[in-house]
Amino acid sequence: MSNTKNSISFVRAEMVPEMAPPINESGVLGWMRKNLFSSIPNTILTLLALYILYLIIPGMIQWVLTDAVWSGESRLACATIAQGGELPNDWKAACWPYVGAYLKLFIYGRYPDAELWRVNMVLIMFFVGLVPLLMPNVGFKRENLVFMLVIFPIASFVLLSGGNLDLNGFLLPDAIMGPSEFKFWVDFLILSLIICGVVWAYMNATDTDPKQAVTITAITMAVLAVILFVMSVDFGLEPVETDRWGGFVMTLVIAVTGIVAALPLGILLALGRRSDMPAVSLFSVIFIEFWRGVPLITVLFMSSVMLPLFLPDGVTFDKLLRALIGVALFSSAYMAEVVRGGMQAIPKGQYEGAMAVGLNYWQSMRMIILPQALKIVIPGIVNTFIGLFKDTTLVSIIGLLDFLGIINLSHSDSTWATPVQAMTSYVFCAFIFFLFCFGMSRYSIYMEDRLNTSHR
Amino acid sequence: MKKTIVSALGVAAMSVTAFGASAATLDDVKAKGFVQCGVSQGLPGFSNPDSAGNWTGIDVDLCKGVAAAVFGDATKVKFTPLSAKERFTALQSGEIDVLSRNTTWTATRDTTLGLNFAGVNYYDGQGFMVRNDLGVKSALELSGASVCTNTGTTTELNVADYFRANKLEYEIVAFEKADEVVAAYDAGRCDVYTTDQSGLYAQRLKLTNPADHTVLPEIISKEPLGPVVRQGDDQWFNLVKWTHFAMVNAEELGITSANAEEMKNSDNPAIKRVLGTEGEFGAALGVGNDWAFNIISQVGNYAETFNRNVGPDTPLAIARGTNDLWSKGGLQYAPPIR
Repeated sequence: MSNTKNSISFVRAEMVPEMAPPINESGVLGWMRKNLFSSIPNTILTLLALYILYLIIPGMIQWVLTDAVWSGESRLACATIAQGGELPNDWKAACWPYVGAYLKLFIYGRYPDAELWRVNMVLIMFFVGLVPLLMPNVGFKRENLVFMLVIFPIASFVLLSGGNLDLNGFLLPDAIMGPSEFKFWVDFLILSLIICGVVWAYMNATDTDPKQAVTITAITMAVLAVILFVMSVDFGLEPVETDRWGGFVMTLVIAVTGIVAALPLGILLALGRRSDMPAVSLFSVIFIEFWRGVPLITVLFMSSVMLPLFLPDGVTFDKLLRALIGVALFSSAYMAEVVRGGMQAIPKGQYEGAMAVGLNYWQSMRMIILPQALKIVIPGIVNTFIGLFKDTTLVSIIGLLDFLGIINLSHSDSTWATPVQAMTSYVFCAFIFFLFCFGMSRYSIYMEDRLNTSHR
Repeated sequence: MKKTIVSALGVAAMSVTAFGASAATLDDVKAKGFVQCGVSQGLPGFSNPDSAGNWTGIDVDLCKGVAAAVFGDATKVKFTPLSAKERFTALQSGEIDVLSRNTTWTATRDTTLGLNFAGVNYYDGQGFMVRNDLGVKSALELSGASVCTNTGTTTELNVADYFRANKLEYEIVAFEKADEVVAAYDAGRCDVYTTDQSGLYAQRLKLTNPADHTVLPEIISKEPLGPVVRQGDDQWFNLVKWTHFAMVNAEELGITSANAEEMKNSDNPAIKRVLGTEGEFGAALGVGNDWAFNIISQVGNYAETFNRNVGPDTPLAIARGTNDLWSKGGLQYAPPIR
């Protein structure tokens, strides 16, 4: 159109140099404009939030840091003049020397001093094993996983409890063979043979080749035998009973056991619930609905108050073990539903495609369905983990001295009794829990982004 | 497969911790080599761990005394912290051998629960604490007061009984945890704070200005606290009962942990009988004849454990009062060892 009127047309020969974006679209100003003051309601909300922060933050910093007492030997360090100390009467802030004096108890519970190196070893092994497992770039994932799932639990069991498990026969009546460690292995062998026989019979009945399944069963039983054997070896470690465990270490023990048990059990239960086999699916449904139908606190109470009454006289279950089993079963039911949610989100084509290329059930689950399903439900899984981690504090109700339990217990020490004692320890407790839960949550977001091959 | 793992672990675990809870507790205790003692989840002066994790308190000392009597070694005792709800089950099921957990001796507990109370090692009672500026000198002047207390305890019921019986108006402000109750009282949400008197002294340390508050003289309930054992095992019952009596007798006779050794040479036959240089009283209990000597030399007499844990030199600073010896106007009275 312009050609007709004017023969000289403008042709740009070189690129226009990039201009900086407008000042109110970039930098701090732009960010603020975009995120904080983009409209009138947002501006009002921002100002309101700033005002609330202004009310809270200075007081908090004052309470936690600037006004706080940092050293002292007893309650007098944190007592005002009216309470017999030297601080001004209107003083109210954190009393950190109390947390310092109790720090060992908060972390290790009442674990004997001379044996603390064992707990430290377990903690070091835990973090040394966990960190490379969480970093995607580090190799040897398979070896690392074996270490964390097999070697680490056994080693920490032996280290924490002292090992030297007293094994005893459980199958044959005493008349045939007196109770001894040898009898346990005889019984174990018989049990393994029975299980292998059942598997073989089942596989035969369903017209599949029993060889593979029986081999897997036999290997599992052999691994179990090795684990039990290692646990029963006397390493010369002083036995430390679970009533001396406690503090943050116990919280970690319960949480890690729950988390490690919940995922595989949950996946199996989720598969079971979607299975075509009526017995398996019915069992899974009943199991999941039962554990989801009762509150965790009921499970713990049942295990600590009712179970001892049902057991025959003289048979007592270790209290911590009872809680561990309760927590593991409880969380696995929740995990099962999370995983099932992921499997339902996988389009039918994936299942059919897997079958079409000739994969059997386990192969298609392992290679096609589960990797996708688990990726979808990472937020749900981590959510369950975080919930479980925080739920561990419920065990203090049945008298186990976990992190929160031991903190509550320390309030009864009158050498540190002041008005700020409880508050200080709760702030400390909240801070530690926040660190761990926030860490888990950030890691889950990182993992989601990394695995996001996007269906969106 | 996973079921097998679980059940095998269960079986292994059961075989690990299978101890007998049969009739002869003393034999079981001797066989396993320690006394399993149920304590509270932290009550200042009665049973609470210090910052090194060692259990201390009057209730703890009683268990140490039992261990000293049985083994001659007060350290052969293990403690199980129990909540108020599980304490009786733990004893009934044999998880613990003796319950020493500031438990009030009541008719119901003594009769229907299959338990026996083996004496009273602390006479407690519910009391009131008020702000000085209220100008109240007696609980009878508390009409119209709001009362801070714990929920779901006998304290709440005792308050209701007392105020109704005296035709006083009142309003309950109840909280779940002791710390919350103190905080509420300290903040002025109520006029009166009520709980067991020993607790009032402990909680007073957590007030902003302890000197502004007074504990009223009235005791409105009887709370005899003592060790509990299973019914039907008289030998063990006797041992726990006499452990406490030995400590009270020792105080009466002036035997302390410091002078127990030289007191063995005393001419006083009563002292000789306590310390086992005369008579066969230990054998009658099923333990060594130096049982009381071991208790006194390793744990101390009643006055020593009282003063060490709750007495005037501790932050709690509780006066002996009703817990003084009968000869000094208190209620602690032990039958003679003879």
